[in-house]
Amino acid sequence: MYSNYFNPEVETLSRSEIEALQLERLQKTVHHCMNNEFYRKKFAETGITPDDIKTLADVRKLPFTTKQDLRDTYPFGMCCVPMKDCVRLHSSSGTTGNPTVILHTKKDLDEWANQVARNLWMVGLRPDDVFQNSSGYGMFTGGLGFQYGAEKLGMLTIPAAAGNSLRQIKFIKDFGTTAIHAIPSYVTRLYEVMKEEGVDPRRDTKLKVLAIGAEPHSEEQRKRIEEMMGVKAYNSFGMSEMCGPGVGFECPEQNGMHFWEDYYIVEIVDPETLEPVPDGEIGELVLTTLCREAMPLLRYRTRDLTRILGRTCPCGRNHIRIDRMRGRSDDMIVLRGVNIFPIQIEKILMKFPEVGTNYLITLTTEDNNDQMTVEVEVNEGTDDFAKLKALSEELRHQLGDEILLKPRVRLVSKGSLPVSEGKAVRVVDKRKVYQ
Amino acid sequence: MTIPQLSIFIENRSGTLIKVLDALKEANIQIVASTIADTAEYGIYRLICSEPMRACEELKKANVAVALSDVFAIEIDDQPGRAAEAVKLFSEAGISITYMYSFLLRGKGVLIFRTDDGEKAAKVIKDNNLKSIDEAALALWA
Repeated sequence: MYSNYFNPEVETLSRSEIEALQLERLQKTVHHCMNNEFYRKKFAETGITPDDIKTLADVRKLPFTTKQDLRDTYPFGMCCVPMKDCVRLHSSSGTTGNPTVILHTKKDLDEWANQVARNLWMVGLRPDDVFQNSSGYGMFTGGLGFQYGAEKLGMLTIPAAAGNSLRQIKFIKDFGTTAIHAIPSYVTRLYEVMKEEGVDPRRDTKLKVLAIGAEPHSEEQRKRIEEMMGVKAYNSFGMSEMCGPGVGFECPEQNGMHFWEDYYIVEIVDPETLEPVPDGEIGELVLTTLCREAMPLLRYRTRDLTRILGRTCPCGRNHIRIDRMRGRSDDMIVLRGVNIFPIQIEKILMKFPEVGTNYLITLTTEDNNDQMTVEVEVNEGTDDFAKLKALSEELRHQLGDEILLKPRVRLVSKGSLPVSEGKAVRVVDKRKVYQ
Repeated sequence: MTIPQLSIFIENRSGTLIKVLDALKEANIQIVASTIADTAEYGIYRLICSEPMRACEELKKANVAVALSDVFAIEIDDQPGRAAEAVKLFSEAGISITYMYSFLLRGKGVLIFRTDDGEKAAKVIKDNNLKSIDEAALALWA
Protein backbone atom coordinates (compact mmCIF):
# COMPACT_ATOMS: atom_id res chain seq x y z
CA MET A 1 0.00 0.00 0.00
CA TYR A 2 1.03 3.60 -0.49
CA SER A 3 2.59 5.65 2.28
CA ASN A 4 0.71 8.70 3.55
CA TYR A 5 3.68 10.81 2.52
CA PHE A 6 5.30 11.46 -0.83
CA ASN A 7 8.66 12.30 0.77
CA PRO A 8 8.26 10.57 4.16
CA GLU A 9 11.90 11.20 5.10
CA VAL A 10 11.49 14.99 5.03
CA GLU A 11 7.78 15.44 5.60
CA THR A 12 7.89 13.75 9.00
CA LEU A 13 11.08 15.34 10.32
CA SER A 14 10.87 16.74 13.83
CA ARG A 15 11.19 20.50 14.32
CA SER A 16 14.83 20.24 15.39
CA GLU A 17 15.64 18.03 12.42
CA ILE A 18 13.95 20.49 10.05
CA GLU A 19 15.93 23.37 11.54
CA ALA A 20 19.24 21.50 11.30
CA LEU A 21 18.52 20.73 7.65
CA GLN A 22 17.60 24.38 7.03
CA LEU A 23 20.84 25.67 8.54
CA GLU A 24 22.90 23.30 6.45
CA ARG A 25 21.05 24.32 3.27
CA LEU A 26 21.11 28.01 4.13
CA GLN A 27 24.90 27.93 4.51
CA LYS A 28 25.18 26.13 1.20
CA THR A 29 22.83 28.62 -0.47
CA VAL A 30 24.70 31.66 0.81
CA HIS A 31 28.00 30.20 -0.43
CA HIS A 32 26.34 29.48 -3.76
CA CYS A 33 25.18 33.11 -4.04
CA MET A 34 28.82 34.20 -4.00
CA ASN A 35 29.00 32.94 -7.60
CA ASN A 36 26.97 35.96 -8.59
CA GLU A 37 28.16 39.54 -8.80
CA PHE A 38 24.88 41.05 -7.60
CA TYR A 39 25.08 39.06 -4.36
CA ARG A 40 28.82 39.59 -3.93
CA LYS A 41 28.23 43.35 -4.11
CA LYS A 42 25.25 43.19 -1.78
CA PHE A 43 27.17 41.12 0.76
CA ALA A 44 30.13 43.50 0.56
CA GLU A 45 27.81 46.48 1.17
CA THR A 46 26.31 44.89 4.26
CA GLY A 47 29.64 43.50 5.45
CA ILE A 48 28.36 39.92 5.48
CA THR A 49 30.35 36.85 4.53
CA PRO A 50 28.95 33.34 4.15
CA ASP A 51 30.86 32.32 7.27
CA ASP A 52 28.71 34.66 9.37
CA ILE A 53 25.81 32.23 9.06
CA LYS A 54 26.34 30.04 12.11
CA THR A 55 22.80 29.53 13.34
CA LEU A 56 19.42 29.57 11.64
CA ALA A 57 18.65 32.91 13.33
CA ASP A 58 21.59 34.38 11.43
CA VAL A 59 19.35 34.46 8.38
CA ARG A 60 18.28 37.86 9.74
CA LYS A 61 21.78 39.17 9.08
CA LEU A 62 21.20 38.69 5.38
CA PRO A 63 19.96 41.56 3.24
CA PHE A 64 16.41 41.43 1.88
CA THR A 65 15.77 40.85 -1.80
CA THR A 66 12.92 42.68 -3.52
CA LYS A 67 11.06 42.57 -6.79
CA GLN A 68 12.94 45.74 -7.68
CA ASP A 69 16.23 43.81 -7.41
CA LEU A 70 14.88 41.35 -9.95
CA ARG A 71 13.90 44.19 -12.25
CA ASP A 72 17.23 45.96 -11.84
CA THR A 73 19.16 42.83 -12.76
CA TYR A 74 16.89 41.97 -15.69
CA PRO A 75 17.20 39.60 -17.41
CA PHE A 76 19.95 37.33 -16.13
CA GLY A 77 21.77 39.38 -13.49
CA MET A 78 20.76 37.21 -10.54
CA CYS A 79 21.62 33.90 -12.10
CA CYS A 80 24.13 31.91 -10.02
CA VAL A 81 24.95 29.17 -12.53
CA PRO A 82 26.36 29.25 -16.07
CA MET A 83 23.54 30.07 -18.51
CA LYS A 84 24.11 26.77 -20.32
CA ASP A 85 22.79 25.00 -17.20
CA CYS A 86 19.46 26.84 -17.35
CA VAL A 87 16.64 25.00 -19.07
CA ARG A 88 13.56 27.11 -18.32
CA LEU A 89 12.65 30.76 -18.06
CA HIS A 90 9.46 32.20 -16.63
CA SER A 91 8.79 35.89 -16.81
CA SER A 92 6.25 38.30 -15.38
CA SER A 93 4.40 40.65 -17.71
CA GLY A 94 6.65 43.57 -16.79
CA THR A 95 4.35 45.97 -15.11
CA THR A 96 6.09 49.21 -14.31
CA GLY A 97 9.42 48.65 -15.98
CA ASN A 98 11.46 45.57 -16.64
CA PRO A 99 9.65 42.30 -16.19
CA THR A 100 11.03 39.85 -13.65
CA VAL A 101 12.71 36.75 -14.97
CA ILE A 102 13.11 33.48 -13.11
CA LEU A 103 15.51 30.86 -14.43
CA HIS A 104 15.53 27.16 -13.63
CA THR A 105 18.07 24.39 -14.00
CA LYS A 106 16.98 20.82 -14.64
CA LYS A 107 17.32 20.13 -10.92
CA ASP A 108 15.28 23.24 -10.07
CA LEU A 109 12.45 21.97 -12.26
CA ASP A 110 12.64 18.57 -10.66
CA GLU A 111 12.57 20.03 -7.14
CA TRP A 112 9.66 22.23 -8.15
CA ALA A 113 7.75 19.23 -9.49
CA ASN A 114 8.58 17.37 -6.29
CA GLN A 115 6.96 20.07 -4.15
CA VAL A 116 3.79 19.98 -6.25
CA ALA A 117 3.73 16.17 -6.23
CA ARG A 118 4.17 16.18 -2.44
CA ASN A 119 1.21 18.54 -2.12
CA LEU A 120 -1.10 16.52 -4.33
CA TRP A 121 -0.10 13.29 -2.60
CA MET A 122 -0.78 14.95 0.75
CA VAL A 123 -4.45 15.47 -0.14
CA GLY A 124 -4.91 11.87 -1.20
CA LEU A 125 -4.02 11.77 -4.88
CA ARG A 126 -2.19 8.65 -6.14
CA PRO A 127 -0.88 7.41 -9.50
CA ASP A 128 -4.26 5.95 -10.45
CA ASP A 129 -5.88 9.38 -10.25
CA VAL A 130 -6.67 11.58 -13.25
CA PHE A 131 -5.58 15.20 -12.88
CA GLN A 132 -7.07 17.96 -14.99
CA ASN A 133 -5.12 21.18 -14.90
CA SER A 134 -7.62 23.90 -15.78
CA SER A 135 -5.16 26.67 -15.24
CA GLY A 136 -3.48 29.04 -17.67
CA TYR A 137 -0.31 27.71 -19.25
CA GLY A 138 2.44 29.68 -20.89
CA MET A 139 4.27 32.07 -18.62
CA PHE A 140 1.72 31.54 -15.84
CA THR A 141 3.47 29.04 -13.59
CA GLY A 142 0.22 27.40 -12.48
CA GLY A 143 0.15 25.58 -15.81
CA LEU A 144 3.51 23.87 -16.18
CA GLY A 145 4.05 23.78 -12.41
CA PHE A 146 1.06 21.55 -11.77
CA GLN A 147 1.63 19.64 -15.01
CA TYR A 148 5.13 18.51 -14.02
CA GLY A 149 4.11 17.90 -10.41
CA ALA A 150 1.10 15.77 -11.28
CA GLU A 151 3.19 13.79 -13.76
CA LYS A 152 5.93 13.32 -11.20
CA LEU A 153 3.36 11.89 -8.82
CA GLY A 154 2.41 9.56 -11.64
CA MET A 155 -1.10 10.67 -12.43
CA LEU A 156 -2.63 10.80 -15.87
CA THR A 157 -2.43 14.55 -16.38
CA ILE A 158 -4.61 16.57 -18.74
CA PRO A 159 -3.29 20.02 -19.70
CA ALA A 160 -6.82 21.33 -20.25
CA ALA A 161 -5.72 24.94 -19.61
CA ALA A 162 -8.22 27.65 -18.70
CA GLY A 163 -11.52 28.33 -20.42
CA ASN A 164 -13.86 26.46 -22.76
CA SER A 165 -16.03 25.12 -19.96
CA LEU A 166 -18.06 22.74 -22.11
CA ARG A 167 -14.90 20.97 -23.22
CA GLN A 168 -13.63 20.92 -19.62
CA ILE A 169 -16.83 19.21 -18.50
CA LYS A 170 -16.60 16.70 -21.35
CA PHE A 171 -13.02 15.86 -20.28
CA ILE A 172 -14.07 15.47 -16.66
CA LYS A 173 -16.79 13.01 -17.65
CA ASP A 174 -15.03 11.14 -20.47
CA PHE A 175 -11.58 10.82 -18.90
CA GLY A 176 -12.80 10.15 -15.37
CA THR A 177 -11.07 13.21 -13.92
CA THR A 178 -10.66 12.86 -10.15
CA ALA A 179 -8.82 16.10 -9.42
CA ILE A 180 -8.88 19.62 -10.86
CA HIS A 181 -6.57 22.54 -10.34
CA ALA A 182 -8.02 25.96 -11.15
CA ILE A 183 -8.38 29.42 -9.75
CA PRO A 184 -11.40 29.52 -7.39
CA SER A 185 -13.52 31.78 -9.60
CA TYR A 186 -13.07 29.38 -12.46
CA VAL A 187 -14.29 26.43 -10.40
CA THR A 188 -17.43 28.43 -9.69
CA ARG A 189 -17.81 29.19 -13.36
CA LEU A 190 -17.38 25.53 -14.19
CA TYR A 191 -20.11 24.65 -11.74
CA GLU A 192 -22.48 27.19 -13.32
CA VAL A 193 -21.96 25.60 -16.72
CA MET A 194 -22.38 22.10 -15.26
CA LYS A 195 -25.72 23.21 -13.83
CA GLU A 196 -26.83 24.62 -17.19
CA GLU A 197 -25.83 21.35 -18.85
CA GLY A 198 -27.63 19.25 -16.26
CA VAL A 199 -24.38 17.75 -14.98
CA ASP A 200 -24.32 16.98 -11.26
CA PRO A 201 -20.69 16.83 -10.10
CA ARG A 202 -21.60 14.40 -7.31
CA ARG A 203 -23.56 12.04 -9.53
CA ASP A 204 -21.93 12.40 -12.93
CA THR A 205 -18.21 12.80 -12.17
CA LYS A 206 -15.49 10.98 -10.25
CA LEU A 207 -14.11 14.18 -8.75
CA LYS A 208 -12.60 13.90 -5.29
CA VAL A 209 -10.13 16.77 -4.93
CA LEU A 210 -9.87 20.40 -6.00
CA ALA A 211 -6.69 22.43 -5.79
CA ILE A 212 -7.42 26.16 -5.76
CA GLY A 213 -5.07 29.10 -5.60
CA ALA A 214 -3.43 32.06 -7.35
CA GLU A 215 -6.41 34.23 -6.49
CA PRO A 216 -7.37 35.58 -3.09
CA HIS A 217 -10.45 33.90 -1.70
CA SER A 218 -12.14 33.68 1.65
CA GLU A 219 -12.96 30.66 3.80
CA GLU A 220 -16.65 31.13 2.87
CA GLN A 221 -15.81 31.02 -0.82
CA ARG A 222 -13.90 27.80 -0.27
CA LYS A 223 -16.82 26.27 1.63
CA ARG A 224 -19.21 27.33 -1.11
CA ILE A 225 -17.00 25.69 -3.73
CA GLU A 226 -16.83 22.50 -1.65
CA GLU A 227 -20.60 22.43 -1.29
CA MET A 228 -21.17 23.03 -4.99
CA MET A 229 -18.75 20.41 -6.21
CA GLY A 230 -19.22 17.96 -3.37
CA VAL A 231 -15.47 17.55 -2.81
CA LYS A 232 -12.73 19.07 -0.68
CA ALA A 233 -10.98 22.14 -2.04
CA TYR A 234 -7.40 22.71 -0.88
CA ASN A 235 -5.70 26.08 -0.84
CA SER A 236 -2.45 26.33 -2.76
CA PHE A 237 0.22 29.01 -2.45
CA GLY A 238 2.81 29.76 -5.05
CA MET A 239 4.65 32.63 -6.61
CA SER A 240 6.77 32.64 -9.72
CA GLU A 241 9.75 34.09 -7.85
CA MET A 242 9.88 30.96 -5.68
CA CYS A 243 9.19 28.68 -8.71
CA GLY A 244 5.42 28.80 -8.88
CA PRO A 245 2.83 26.61 -7.18
CA GLY A 246 4.20 24.10 -4.72
CA VAL A 247 5.58 26.41 -2.03
CA GLY A 248 2.65 25.85 0.33
CA PHE A 249 -0.43 23.66 0.36
CA GLU A 250 -3.12 22.61 2.80
CA CYS A 251 -3.14 19.14 4.26
CA PRO A 252 -6.43 17.32 4.92
CA GLU A 253 -6.69 19.21 8.24
CA GLN A 254 -7.31 22.40 6.21
CA ASN A 255 -5.84 24.47 8.99
CA GLY A 256 -3.27 26.58 7.17
CA MET A 257 -0.91 25.74 4.34
CA HIS A 258 2.21 23.73 5.06
CA PHE A 259 5.16 25.67 3.69
CA TRP A 260 7.93 23.21 2.90
CA GLU A 261 10.77 24.14 5.17
CA ASP A 262 13.25 21.80 3.55
CA TYR A 263 12.87 24.15 0.54
CA TYR A 264 12.29 27.53 2.19
CA ILE A 265 12.98 29.53 5.31
CA VAL A 266 9.76 31.30 6.22
CA GLU A 267 9.81 34.61 8.07
CA ILE A 268 6.93 36.95 8.87
CA VAL A 269 8.10 40.52 9.38
CA ASP A 270 6.58 43.87 10.09
CA PRO A 271 6.54 45.53 6.64
CA GLU A 272 7.54 48.87 8.19
CA THR A 273 10.30 47.90 10.62
CA LEU A 274 11.22 44.64 8.87
CA GLU A 275 11.54 43.06 12.32
CA PRO A 276 10.01 39.62 12.89
CA VAL A 277 6.50 39.55 14.35
CA PRO A 278 5.39 36.91 16.89
CA ASP A 279 3.62 33.79 15.65
CA GLY A 280 -0.07 34.48 15.04
CA GLU A 281 0.46 38.13 14.17
CA ILE A 282 -0.02 39.37 10.63
CA GLY A 283 3.04 40.57 8.78
CA GLU A 284 4.77 40.31 5.45
CA LEU A 285 5.82 36.90 4.25
CA VAL A 286 9.56 36.68 3.55
CA LEU A 287 10.99 33.59 1.89
CA THR A 288 14.52 32.30 1.43
CA THR A 289 15.04 29.49 -1.04
CA LEU A 290 17.16 26.58 0.19
CA CYS A 291 17.44 24.29 -2.85
CA ARG A 292 17.57 26.61 -5.83
CA GLU A 293 20.52 26.38 -8.21
CA ALA A 294 19.81 28.91 -10.95
CA MET A 295 18.31 31.71 -8.90
CA PRO A 296 18.50 31.36 -5.15
CA LEU A 297 16.65 34.21 -3.44
CA LEU A 298 17.61 35.42 0.00
CA ARG A 299 14.92 36.90 2.23
CA TYR A 300 12.64 37.71 -0.66
CA ARG A 301 9.93 40.17 0.32
CA THR A 302 6.76 38.67 -1.15
CA ARG A 303 4.56 41.64 -0.13
CA ASP A 304 1.90 39.13 0.84
CA LEU A 305 0.45 39.63 4.31
CA THR A 306 -0.25 36.55 6.39
CA ARG A 307 0.58 34.93 9.73
CA ILE A 308 2.03 31.77 11.20
CA LEU A 309 -0.67 29.43 12.51
CA GLY A 310 1.59 26.76 13.99
CA ARG A 311 4.60 24.52 13.51
CA THR A 312 3.10 21.13 14.20
CA CYS A 313 0.04 19.40 12.79
CA PRO A 314 -2.06 16.30 13.53
CA CYS A 315 -1.29 15.15 9.97
CA GLY A 316 2.24 14.30 11.12
CA ARG A 317 3.98 17.05 9.17
CA ASN A 318 5.88 19.53 11.28
CA HIS A 319 6.41 22.01 8.49
CA ILE A 320 5.19 25.48 9.36
CA ARG A 321 1.51 26.26 8.83
CA ILE A 322 0.72 29.59 7.18
CA ASP A 323 -2.68 31.26 7.02
CA ARG A 324 -4.32 32.20 3.73
CA MET A 325 -3.03 35.50 2.39
CA ARG A 326 -4.71 38.46 4.11
CA GLY A 327 -3.75 41.20 1.71
CA ARG A 328 -0.70 42.95 0.35
CA SER A 329 1.84 45.32 1.82
CA ASP A 330 1.96 47.07 -1.55
CA ASP A 331 -0.88 48.10 -3.84
CA MET A 332 -0.83 45.05 -6.06
CA ILE A 333 -4.23 43.68 -7.02
CA VAL A 334 -4.70 39.98 -7.64
CA LEU A 335 -7.68 39.47 -9.91
CA ARG A 336 -8.56 36.14 -11.49
CA GLY A 337 -5.00 34.99 -10.95
CA VAL A 338 -3.51 38.04 -12.65
CA ASN A 339 -1.28 40.46 -10.76
CA ILE A 340 -2.06 44.09 -11.45
CA PHE A 341 -0.48 47.28 -10.16
CA PRO A 342 -2.56 50.48 -10.24
CA ILE A 343 0.41 52.23 -11.87
CA GLN A 344 -0.26 50.13 -14.97
CA ILE A 345 -3.72 51.67 -15.23
CA GLU A 346 -2.24 55.12 -14.74
CA LYS A 347 0.31 54.53 -17.48
CA ILE A 348 -2.40 53.80 -20.04
CA LEU A 349 -4.64 56.70 -18.95
CA MET A 350 -1.71 59.08 -19.47
CA LYS A 351 -1.85 58.25 -23.18
CA PHE A 352 -5.39 59.60 -23.50
CA PRO A 353 -5.68 63.40 -23.36
CA GLU A 354 -9.48 63.01 -23.42
CA VAL A 355 -9.44 61.64 -19.88
CA GLY A 356 -7.84 62.78 -16.65
CA THR A 357 -5.21 60.89 -14.71
CA ASN A 358 -7.41 60.42 -11.67
CA TYR A 359 -9.02 57.04 -11.60
CA LEU A 360 -10.79 54.64 -9.31
CA ILE A 361 -10.56 50.87 -9.54
CA THR A 362 -13.48 48.95 -8.07
CA LEU A 363 -13.32 45.20 -7.65
CA THR A 364 -16.60 43.37 -7.29
CA THR A 365 -17.89 39.84 -7.41
CA GLU A 366 -20.84 39.36 -9.73
CA ASP A 367 -22.36 35.97 -10.42
CA ASN A 368 -19.30 34.52 -8.74
CA ASN A 369 -17.00 36.27 -11.19
CA ASP A 370 -14.54 38.87 -10.06
CA GLN A 371 -14.82 42.07 -12.05
CA MET A 372 -12.76 45.20 -12.32
CA THR A 373 -14.31 48.54 -13.13
CA VAL A 374 -12.08 51.49 -13.90
CA GLU A 375 -13.67 54.89 -13.52
CA VAL A 376 -12.00 57.73 -15.37
CA GLU A 377 -12.86 61.38 -15.69
CA VAL A 378 -13.79 62.82 -19.05
CA ASN A 379 -11.56 65.83 -19.55
CA GLU A 380 -12.86 67.28 -22.77
CA GLY A 381 -16.41 67.93 -23.82
CA THR A 382 -17.68 66.49 -27.06
CA ASP A 383 -20.84 66.75 -29.08
CA ASP A 384 -20.48 63.20 -30.33
CA PHE A 385 -21.66 60.06 -28.52
CA ALA A 386 -19.73 57.89 -30.96
CA LYS A 387 -16.51 59.51 -29.74
CA LEU A 388 -17.35 58.74 -26.12
CA LYS A 389 -18.17 55.16 -26.98
CA ALA A 390 -14.99 54.79 -29.02
CA LEU A 391 -13.03 56.32 -26.16
CA SER A 392 -14.27 53.87 -23.57
CA GLU A 393 -13.80 50.96 -25.99
CA GLU A 394 -10.23 52.00 -26.76
CA LEU A 395 -9.48 52.47 -23.06
CA ARG A 396 -10.89 49.03 -22.33
CA HIS A 397 -8.85 47.54 -25.13
CA GLN A 398 -5.56 49.15 -24.17
CA LEU A 399 -6.06 48.48 -20.47
CA GLY A 400 -6.83 44.89 -21.38
CA ASP A 401 -3.55 44.59 -23.28
CA GLU A 402 -1.65 46.05 -20.35
CA ILE A 403 -3.17 44.14 -17.44
CA LEU A 404 -4.13 41.00 -19.37
CA LEU A 405 -7.83 41.16 -18.60
CA LYS A 406 -10.42 43.57 -19.89
CA PRO A 407 -11.89 45.81 -17.21
CA ARG A 408 -15.14 47.69 -17.49
CA VAL A 409 -14.55 51.35 -18.19
CA ARG A 410 -16.89 53.96 -16.79
CA LEU A 411 -16.60 57.54 -17.89
CA VAL A 412 -17.40 59.95 -15.08
CA SER A 413 -17.58 63.71 -14.61
CA LYS A 414 -14.46 65.76 -14.31
CA GLY A 415 -13.50 66.40 -10.70
CA SER A 416 -15.63 63.59 -9.29
CA LEU A 417 -12.77 61.20 -8.40
CA PRO A 418 -10.19 61.52 -5.63
CA VAL A 419 -7.20 63.63 -6.69
CA SER A 420 -3.84 62.04 -7.34
CA GLU A 421 -1.89 63.93 -4.67
CA GLY A 422 -1.37 62.32 -1.32
CA LYS A 423 -2.81 59.01 -0.25
CA ALA A 424 -5.80 58.89 -2.54
CA VAL A 425 -7.90 55.78 -2.50
CA ARG A 426 -7.33 54.20 -5.88
CA VAL A 427 -8.70 50.75 -5.28
CA VAL A 428 -11.99 49.81 -3.69
CA ASP A 429 -12.12 46.07 -3.11
CA LYS A 430 -15.69 44.93 -2.60
CA ARG A 431 -14.84 41.26 -3.10
CA LYS A 432 -14.42 40.82 0.66
CA VAL A 433 -11.97 38.01 0.02
CA TYR A 434 -9.57 38.95 2.75
CA GLN A 435 -12.30 38.73 5.41
CA MET B 1 -26.14 80.01 -40.72
CA THR B 2 -24.84 78.25 -37.66
CA ILE B 3 -24.78 79.13 -34.01
CA PRO B 4 -22.45 78.04 -31.23
CA GLN B 5 -23.72 75.31 -28.99
CA LEU B 6 -22.19 74.04 -25.75
CA SER B 7 -21.89 70.26 -25.38
CA ILE B 8 -21.29 69.09 -21.85
CA PHE B 9 -20.43 65.63 -20.63
CA ILE B 10 -22.98 64.66 -18.00
CA GLU B 11 -22.53 61.55 -15.91
CA ASN B 12 -25.77 59.87 -14.83
CA ARG B 13 -25.44 60.77 -11.18
CA SER B 14 -27.31 63.21 -9.03
CA GLY B 15 -25.50 66.50 -8.62
CA THR B 16 -23.79 66.66 -11.99
CA LEU B 17 -26.42 68.73 -13.78
CA ILE B 18 -26.82 71.20 -10.95
CA LYS B 19 -23.07 71.79 -10.96
CA VAL B 20 -23.32 72.99 -14.57
CA LEU B 21 -26.43 75.08 -13.98
CA ASP B 22 -24.96 76.69 -10.88
CA ALA B 23 -21.84 77.66 -12.80
CA LEU B 24 -23.97 79.29 -15.49
CA LYS B 25 -26.06 81.05 -12.89
CA GLU B 26 -22.93 82.39 -11.18
CA ALA B 27 -21.72 83.73 -14.51
CA ASN B 28 -25.12 85.28 -15.25
CA ILE B 29 -25.53 83.32 -18.49
CA GLN B 30 -28.99 83.05 -19.99
CA ILE B 31 -30.02 79.68 -21.36
CA VAL B 32 -32.07 79.96 -24.55
CA ALA B 33 -32.65 76.26 -25.20
CA SER B 34 -31.24 73.01 -23.93
CA THR B 35 -31.62 69.28 -24.19
CA ILE B 36 -30.07 66.21 -22.60
CA ALA B 37 -29.46 63.05 -24.61
CA ASP B 38 -28.67 60.07 -22.45
CA THR B 39 -27.19 56.59 -22.54
CA ALA B 40 -27.10 54.09 -19.70
CA GLU B 41 -24.09 55.68 -18.01
CA TYR B 42 -23.74 59.22 -19.24
CA GLY B 43 -25.30 61.86 -21.41
CA ILE B 44 -24.50 64.95 -23.41
CA TYR B 45 -26.15 68.15 -22.28
CA ARG B 46 -26.47 70.50 -25.25
CA LEU B 47 -27.36 74.10 -24.82
CA ILE B 48 -27.76 77.36 -26.63
CA CYS B 49 -27.10 80.38 -24.45
CA SER B 50 -26.10 83.99 -24.34
CA GLU B 51 -22.36 84.69 -24.64
CA PRO B 52 -21.43 81.10 -25.54
CA MET B 53 -17.68 81.81 -25.57
CA ARG B 54 -17.73 83.26 -22.07
CA ALA B 55 -20.09 80.51 -20.90
CA CYS B 56 -17.61 77.94 -22.17
CA GLU B 57 -14.73 79.59 -20.33
CA GLU B 58 -16.71 79.83 -17.11
CA LEU B 59 -17.69 76.18 -17.30
CA LYS B 60 -14.09 75.13 -17.88
CA LYS B 61 -13.10 77.13 -14.83
CA ALA B 62 -15.76 75.23 -12.89
CA ASN B 63 -14.07 71.96 -13.95
CA VAL B 64 -16.79 70.97 -16.41
CA ALA B 65 -15.93 68.98 -19.55
CA VAL B 66 -17.40 71.22 -22.24
CA ALA B 67 -16.96 71.65 -25.98
CA LEU B 68 -18.11 74.43 -28.27
CA SER B 69 -19.44 73.42 -31.65
CA ASP B 70 -21.47 74.98 -34.42
CA VAL B 71 -24.94 73.71 -35.14
CA PHE B 72 -27.53 74.75 -37.72
CA ALA B 73 -30.38 76.89 -36.51
CA ILE B 74 -33.29 77.65 -38.78
CA GLU B 75 -36.41 79.62 -38.12
CA ILE B 76 -39.81 78.29 -39.18
CA ASP B 77 -43.38 79.49 -38.79
CA ASP B 78 -45.19 78.27 -35.71
CA GLN B 79 -47.71 76.22 -37.67
CA PRO B 80 -48.42 72.49 -38.12
CA GLY B 81 -46.33 70.89 -40.88
CA ARG B 82 -43.51 73.45 -41.11
CA ALA B 83 -40.94 71.23 -39.38
CA ALA B 84 -41.83 68.33 -41.66
CA GLU B 85 -41.35 70.49 -44.74
CA ALA B 86 -37.98 71.69 -43.55
CA VAL B 87 -36.64 68.27 -42.59
CA LYS B 88 -37.91 66.79 -45.86
CA LEU B 89 -35.56 69.05 -47.79
CA PHE B 90 -32.57 67.52 -46.03
CA SER B 91 -33.76 63.95 -46.29
CA GLU B 92 -34.42 64.41 -50.02
CA ALA B 93 -30.83 65.59 -50.37
CA GLY B 94 -29.67 62.37 -48.70
CA ILE B 95 -28.54 64.14 -45.53
CA SER B 96 -28.96 62.48 -42.13
CA ILE B 97 -29.87 64.53 -39.13
CA THR B 98 -27.76 63.38 -36.19
CA TYR B 99 -29.89 65.10 -33.58
CA MET B 100 -32.41 67.87 -33.43
CA TYR B 101 -34.27 69.91 -30.87
CA SER B 102 -36.58 72.83 -31.15
CA PHE B 103 -37.99 75.68 -29.20
CA LEU B 104 -40.27 78.66 -29.63
CA LEU B 105 -38.90 82.15 -29.63
CA ARG B 106 -41.00 85.25 -30.05
CA GLY B 107 -43.71 83.48 -31.91
CA LYS B 108 -41.35 81.63 -34.24
CA GLY B 109 -40.21 78.04 -34.17
CA VAL B 110 -36.47 77.37 -34.14
CA LEU B 111 -34.93 74.05 -35.19
CA ILE B 112 -31.45 73.30 -33.91
CA PHE B 113 -29.75 70.35 -35.57
CA ARG B 114 -26.53 68.69 -36.63
CA THR B 115 -26.18 66.65 -39.83
CA ASP B 116 -23.73 64.10 -41.12
CA ASP B 117 -22.74 66.47 -43.94
CA GLY B 118 -22.43 70.13 -42.96
CA GLU B 119 -21.45 71.42 -46.39
CA LYS B 120 -24.34 69.76 -48.17
CA ALA B 121 -26.75 70.91 -45.47
CA ALA B 122 -25.55 74.51 -45.83
CA LYS B 123 -26.24 74.29 -49.54
CA VAL B 124 -29.77 73.01 -48.90
CA ILE B 125 -30.42 75.93 -46.57
CA LYS B 126 -29.09 78.40 -49.11
CA ASP B 127 -30.80 76.90 -52.14
CA ASN B 128 -34.18 76.78 -50.42
CA ASN B 129 -33.86 80.20 -48.83
CA LEU B 130 -34.44 78.79 -45.38
CA LYS B 131 -34.18 81.44 -42.71
CA SER B 132 -31.20 80.59 -40.65
CA ILE B 133 -30.17 82.23 -37.44
CA ASP B 134 -26.64 83.33 -36.64
CA GLU B 135 -24.84 84.30 -33.51
CA ALA B 136 -25.60 88.00 -33.95
CA ALA B 137 -29.33 87.29 -34.06
CA LEU B 138 -28.96 85.07 -31.04
CA ALA B 139 -27.22 87.82 -29.08
CA LEU B 140 -30.20 90.08 -29.71
CA TRP B 141 -32.61 87.61 -28.13
CA ALA B 142 -30.69 86.72 -25.09
